[in-house]
Amino acid sequence: MNEHLLDIRNLKSWYRTYQGYAQVVDGVNLTIDAGKKIGIVGESGCGKTTTMKSVLRVLDERKAYLPEGEILFKNQNILKMRETELQQIRRKNISMISQEPSAALNPVFTVGQQIFDVISYSTQDDTAKNKKELTDIAIKAIRDVFIPDPERILECYPHQLSGGMKQRICIAMALVIPRELLIADEPGTALDVTIQDQIHRLLRALVDEKQTALIMITHSLGVVRELVDQIYVMYAGNIVEVATTNELFKNPLHPYTRGLMDCVPRLSGGGISAGIYGYVPDYVHPTPGCRFSPRCPYVKEICRVQKPLMLEIDEGHTVACFRYTDSFTEQHRQEESIGERA
Amino acid sequence: MLFIIARIIPGDPARMSLGPRAPQFAVDELRREMHLDKSLPVQYLYWARGVLQGDFGKSINTKRPVSTDIKEFFPATLELVLFSGIFLIILSVLLGLLAAKYHDSLVDNLVRGLSYIGIAIPAFALAILLLLLFGYVWQVIPVLGRLSSGVDEPLHITGLFTFDSLITGNFTTFFNALAHLILPALALATGPLFQEARLLRASLVDNMGKEYISVATGYGLPSHVIMTKYLLRPSFIPVVSVMGMDLAALMGNAFLVEKIFNWPGISRYGMNALLNKDLNAISAVFLIFGAIFLLVNIIVDIIVASLDPRIRLGARS
Repeated sequence: MNEHLLDIRNLKSWYRTYQGYAQVVDGVNLTIDAGKKIGIVGESGCGKTTTMKSVLRVLDERKAYLPEGEILFKNQNILKMRETELQQIRRKNISMISQEPSAALNPVFTVGQQIFDVISYSTQDDTAKNKKELTDIAIKAIRDVFIPDPERILECYPHQLSGGMKQRICIAMALVIPRELLIADEPGTALDVTIQDQIHRLLRALVDEKQTALIMITHSLGVVRELVDQIYVMYAGNIVEVATTNELFKNPLHPYTRGLMDCVPRLSGGGISAGIYGYVPDYVHPTPGCRFSPRCPYVKEICRVQKPLMLEIDEGHTVACFRYTDSFTEQHRQEESIGERA
Repeated sequence: MLFIIARIIPGDPARMSLGPRAPQFAVDELRREMHLDKSLPVQYLYWARGVLQGDFGKSINTKRPVSTDIKEFFPATLELVLFSGIFLIILSVLLGLLAAKYHDSLVDNLVRGLSYIGIAIPAFALAILLLLLFGYVWQVIPVLGRLSSGVDEPLHITGLFTFDSLITGNFTTFFNALAHLILPALALATGPLFQEARLLRASLVDNMGKEYISVATGYGLPSHVIMTKYLLRPSFIPVVSVMGMDLAALMGNAFLVEKIFNWPGISRYGMNALLNKDLNAISAVFLIFGAIFLLVNIIVDIIVASLDPRIRLGARS
């Protein structure tokens, strides 16, 4: 078996609440190879960010609880690492762009101070950097994200910059010392559509240039279609469908994936799309069955009591849904034929 | 304002100064001398003219010019308050950081319990307690006055004994003065110290959940850098304003502590003046306290502005 860059196995990330554990991430499996680009798609609150924050172990320690699972980075389990090893991974191997550029930068330090710290800690083993070298590296990174007058930007405080500029700074910070893996957590969400588009193009260009692997988290299928090679569809803490981008758009299998696709508004009109009825479930008392079952239009008895496993339908296309198991198809056919006779 | 408050306190200062058995003509004579026979506005004009020339009048209590008294007593209080302030700042930041770093653990609860006690205990009660413990039970630190008898006063430069003895190289006096300072300064600082520690802890814990902290952690910055730089600075802003108020209030709160530790300070002097209806002294002390309160608040505003760029730039534009 070849070595994956990142291999998440059966990861569970829960949060402590007064009512009990909120089982937000419930057994996620995900792999990415060096230099590849994947997308994780799902609606808000379905555990995408929690999964990725588990990778860097930056979840709030007071609340987070990881009962099971492994996160292997080059075959080393991040969850079992000591603080010093973890620091090395954070400094050298993985970086993450937050979905909230305004919240991600510290309001009382200048952009320069913050970037300098990232640079000097990411490179401290190699060579000690003086102020001049730091500035040169930072200026180059800011120029890479197409912000004019980088020297002035370094002196600015975050509140003096626009949302788009802040997000560019965050991207610059994430790529200033190139890493093997970049996790971009909905980098366009807090921005308006035109800026969003620019940010995505920029991100793709930079990732290609630096040959970094990318995990792109988003709730919009339209965004990932442009950016990534493979898509993981996530619902309520479970991966429900995995396929290459083309395959997924050609042949979406899981009812949730189809629902998501219907949600993308078309410029040709047709009014507001039907969307998916209901909302993300209660994580403290989750259903024992498929977590999508309360909202699924094709729900059957088995869906409510048993968890569907991942089925390989086609090469590289897997789905977790009872609709594609043999027994279900059999039962479904019978019901349909009964319906026809009546 | 302060002047009027001092004047409308009941009682005849001239009579109190001379005692109950003084003849009436002597009292009337003194009243004339102090301009107390004139109307209030005229009295004020006399007083204001004096103050502008650096003359606060004469104290009927000490029978000396008030300005001489202030020169003698003010440095003692200033020294006490300065040390108290240093205790306040250092200890509250340390305790706040400690409680926040180990929040919801034994350390946090220990600091919390200690804080409730510290806040609840009035400064004078603590002062008496310290006096008892260190003056009677253990006798390790001197408890009364600014210097032990037999230790020479340092050359008068600023009037702060520790400072003066240090720059003149008189280390015996320096350590003696320092030892005398510890207990009163601690007694004075305790209440506000714990309040600030609680405030800082709350602010730190609140900011710990902020995205910028998890981002900084995600870039592998060491936790002590995050704690003392990325977390402390934004969290310190709300604490500084309250701390400024408390530091300014130390001056006024000092009188009971000064009384208990027999500290020859301005707070004690002002209190005596108030009880004896020593008008000129009262007005002068009030004026000084007011000026210091203002000064401290201006300094606090400058510090807040230097910590928080949002305020700084807002003011300029």
